[in-house]
Amino acid sequence: MPQHPLRENPSHLHLAVALDGAGWHPAAWREHDARPDELFTARYWADLVAEAERGLLDFVTFEDSLSLQSAHPFEPDERTDQVRGRLDAVLTAARVAPLTHRIGLVPTAVVTHTEPFHLSKAIATLDHVSNGRAGIRVKVSGRADEAAHFGRRQAPRLGAEDFDSASGQAVLQELFGEAEEYVEVLRRLWDSWEDDAEIRDVATGRFIDRAKLHYIDFEGSRFSVRGPSITPRPPQGQPVVAALAHRDEPYRLIGRSADLGFVTPRDTGHARQIVSEIREAQAAAGRADETVHVFGDLVVFLDEDPGAAAECKARLDRKAGATHTSDAGVFTGTPAELADLLQEWQQAGLSGFRLRPGALPYDLEQITRGLVPELQRRGIFRASYEASTLRGLLGLPRPANRYAAAAAAALV
Amino acid sequence: MSKPVKQIHLAAHFPGVNNTTVWSDPAAGSHIDFSSFVHLAQTAERAKFDFLFLAEGLRLREQNGEIYDLDVVGRPDTFTVLAALAAVTDRLGLAGTINSTFNEPYEVARQFASLDHLSAGRAAWNVVTSWDAFTGENFRRGGFLAQEDRYQRARQFLTAAWELFDSWRGDEIVADKENGVFLRDPNPGRFDHHVSEFDISGRFDVPRSPQGRPVIFQAGDSEAGREFAASAADAIFTRHGTLEAGRAFYADVKGRLSRYGRSHDELKILPGVTFVLGDTDADAQEKAQLIRRQQVSGQTAIRRLEQVWNRDLSAYDPDGRLPEVDPLVGEHTVARGWASVRMHRDPVAVAAEWRALAEAGNLSIRELVIETTGRQTFVGTPDQVAEKLNEFVQTDAADGFILAPHLTPGGLDEFADTVVPLLQERGVFRSEYEGETLRDHLGLAPVRRAAVAS
Repeated sequence: MPQHPLRENPSHLHLAVALDGAGWHPAAWREHDARPDELFTARYWADLVAEAERGLLDFVTFEDSLSLQSAHPFEPDERTDQVRGRLDAVLTAARVAPLTHRIGLVPTAVVTHTEPFHLSKAIATLDHVSNGRAGIRVKVSGRADEAAHFGRRQAPRLGAEDFDSASGQAVLQELFGEAEEYVEVLRRLWDSWEDDAEIRDVATGRFIDRAKLHYIDFEGSRFSVRGPSITPRPPQGQPVVAALAHRDEPYRLIGRSADLGFVTPRDTGHARQIVSEIREAQAAAGRADETVHVFGDLVVFLDEDPGAAAECKARLDRKAGATHTSDAGVFTGTPAELADLLQEWQQAGLSGFRLRPGALPYDLEQITRGLVPELQRRGIFRASYEASTLRGLLGLPRPANRYAAAAAAALV
Repeated sequence: MSKPVKQIHLAAHFPGVNNTTVWSDPAAGSHIDFSSFVHLAQTAERAKFDFLFLAEGLRLREQNGEIYDLDVVGRPDTFTVLAALAAVTDRLGLAGTINSTFNEPYEVARQFASLDHLSAGRAAWNVVTSWDAFTGENFRRGGFLAQEDRYQRARQFLTAAWELFDSWRGDEIVADKENGVFLRDPNPGRFDHHVSEFDISGRFDVPRSPQGRPVIFQAGDSEAGREFAASAADAIFTRHGTLEAGRAFYADVKGRLSRYGRSHDELKILPGVTFVLGDTDADAQEKAQLIRRQQVSGQTAIRRLEQVWNRDLSAYDPDGRLPEVDPLVGEHTVARGWASVRMHRDPVAVAAEWRALAEAGNLSIRELVIETTGRQTFVGTPDQVAEKLNEFVQTDAADGFILAPHLTPGGLDEFADTVVPLLQERGVFRSEYEGETLRDHLGLAPVRRAAVAS
C-alpha cells in the first residue's frame, strides 16, 4: 500500500524541547526553582515532560553520553560546581512514556560503542510502550575517555581544531560512516518483521508466518548483523531517526539517513546554507522525495518582562564565573521576540526548532505558557494534538516495509 | 527446637517463548502490547508479589533451518519494558535477564543503575551467559567466546559491574545552591579494571542508585553455574520442581555459601514452576490434562523429540511409536537458539529413558512428550496448591517460586485471587509490602560497598 505524507499546514512550525539535567546553563541548578537533588528521580523527568505535553510540543529529547558531563568537550574534568551524573536516556524516556499520551519521546544514544541490535529493539519497544511516539537521536563518540570505558577500541585524542586536518577528516568519516551503517541496521531490523507476521493460526498451529520474518544480512565494514529482530515491527513502522550536526560529515548523515536533523545556524543566511547542504546530500542519496526535517537548535532564556531574561542569564553567568556560550545560538528575550526570530528563520527553510531551556523548569514553562500561545495567536502552531504518533505530528508517512515491498514486487 | 516459619517469596514470570505458553486459547492476549505487561505486573503487585521476571533470547529460535513458528515468537527489549513498568507499579520488583556475553559492563551497569533510580530501588538482574556463534551473528564481534569461558566472562562481567556500581559511594551529591557546590568529591565514579575479558577505566556516570546494585539472579544449573551463584548471586532461578530434587539442590547450593563467607539467608532459591487451579482436585486434573494437550500438539511433540535426537523426524507420526534410531551425538544442528536444548543431558541416555517409559506406559510420541515435559508443577484446588507451596518452602526445597502462567496476560489472576489469600491466612506470605526496595522484599541486607572477590 503506498504511504502518502500526511497533509501539513506549511505555515506551521514544529517545536521540540531538549531536556538535559537542570537546564543548559551550567549554573541553572542553582536557580531558586531548580530541583538539583531530584535529577535522578523519575518524578523530575515526568513533571518536565508533562509540562512539555501541556504545551502541545512535538517531542522532547533526552541528552545522553557514555561519560560524565564535563566543561571540556573531549575530556573529563574535576569540577564540583556543575551537575555531574545522569540516567540512561532510553530508560528515562520509557519511564515517562506510560505517563504521557501524545508527545514524542526522543532519547539520545551513542552509536559508536553500542550494539545496533540492542538499540533497535530498545527503540522498537519504546515505540510499543508509547503507542507510536518513539524516536532516536543517534550520536557518535570520538572521545578517548568513552572508548576507555569500553576497552574495545582506541580513540585518537582529538580537539575541535583538528577536524579540518586530513587525520581529523578521516576520523570524522570513520565515525559518521559507522553511524550511517548503524542507522541502516536499525531500520532493517525494524522492518525485519512484516506488520502482519503474527498470524496465530490455530488450524495449522503456526504463531507466525515465517515468510514474513526476514534476515537482514547486513555486512558492513564495521559490523555485520544477521537478524531478524527479536521484537516485532513497532507501531510507527520505523521510529523517527534524528541527528545533531555542525558540519559537513554529519550534514551528510542527516541527508542520507535521518528523518530529522538538528542544526545550529548563526543567522538566517547560515540557516539557508545548512539547509541547502542537507538537501544536496538528501538528493544525492536518492531521497529528494522524502520529508527530512531540519530543526534549528537554540539555547533560550525567556521572560515576559523585557530585559529580565538577559538579567537572568547574566546572573547565572556570574554564578558560573563565565559567560555561557554554546554550540547553538543563545537567545535571551521575551517569548514574542523569540517568536519573531523563529518566524524569520523558518523563512530560511527550517521546519521547526529544538529549544534548549537555559534553566529548568523556568524556561520550559516560558516556552509552553508564553511562546506557544504567542505562536498560536500568530496561527503558526497547533491548537491541539492532531495525531497520535510522532510521525503523525511531524507529517512523516509510515514507511512501507522494504521486505514486504520486495516480496510483493517478486510476485508481479 | 522447632524451626521458625519461613516466609514465601513469590514472583511472576511473564509467559515466555516456549510451549508452556498457550497462545491458541481464545483468552490468550498479545505478548508485545504494553497493556499485557501492565496487566500481569499490576496483578502481581495487587497480590504483593516480590517481583516480575522477564526472560530474554537474542536470536529467534530455529529448527531444521527455519525460524520456529509453533510457539510464541518475539518479545520486547527487557530494560525498556521494565523502565516503563516502573511507571505503572510502586513496589513490585522488576527483574530482567541480561546476557553477559553480548553486552559490555559500562553500558549494562548504567542501564541497571538507571532502572534502579527510575524504579526507586526495584531493579534485579538475571545474569545469563551464552557462547554460541548462532546468537553472535546478531552482534558486532560475533561468536567470540568458547563455551568453557562463559562463566569466567560472566564472573568477570559481574565483578566489573560491581566496581562500577560501587564507584559512587552515595554521598557525593550535595547540591548546595547557596555555595555552588554540586559535588562534594571532584572525582566520583573512578574505576580501573583490568582482567582477561575487560580492560576498562575511567569514570562511571550514574550516581549510586537506591539499592546500590540491582539484586543479582543466576539461572544456570551446571557445576560452574552453582558455584557462580553461591559466590555472587542473591537468588537462583532453578528448574527443580519436585520436592526431592528441590531439597537436594537447595542443600547443595546453600552448602556452598560458607566457602564465600556468606550466610544461609543471603541466597534465595526460587524454582520456576507452573500451576493449574480447579474447584475440585478432579476438576484441576482435568484442566491440567487439557492444557498439556494445548501445550504439546502432535507437531510440537515431533519438534521436541528432534531437539533430543538432533535429527529431522518430520516423517514420524506423533501418535505412533518412538524412533528406533538413536540420537545424533555432537554439535546441535537441528535446533538452534534453545537454552533447553543446550542443557540436555546425554541424548542417547535420554532417548533410552524415554523409550523405556513409552514401552512401560504404551505411550505414543505425543503422550510421551506430554508425560516427560508437560507436567505442571502444582495442580489442585487453591487450598491444595497453597499447602504444597508451603510444604516446599518449610521443608527447604525452596525459598519461594517464580510462577509461569500459561496464559498472557490473565494467567495469574486466579492465583492472585485464590491462592495468595490462603497463604496470607497461613501467615507465610505478606499482606502488605513492608519495605520499599526489592532487597527489602527478599529479606536481603543492604549492599555493602567493597567489591566481592572474583
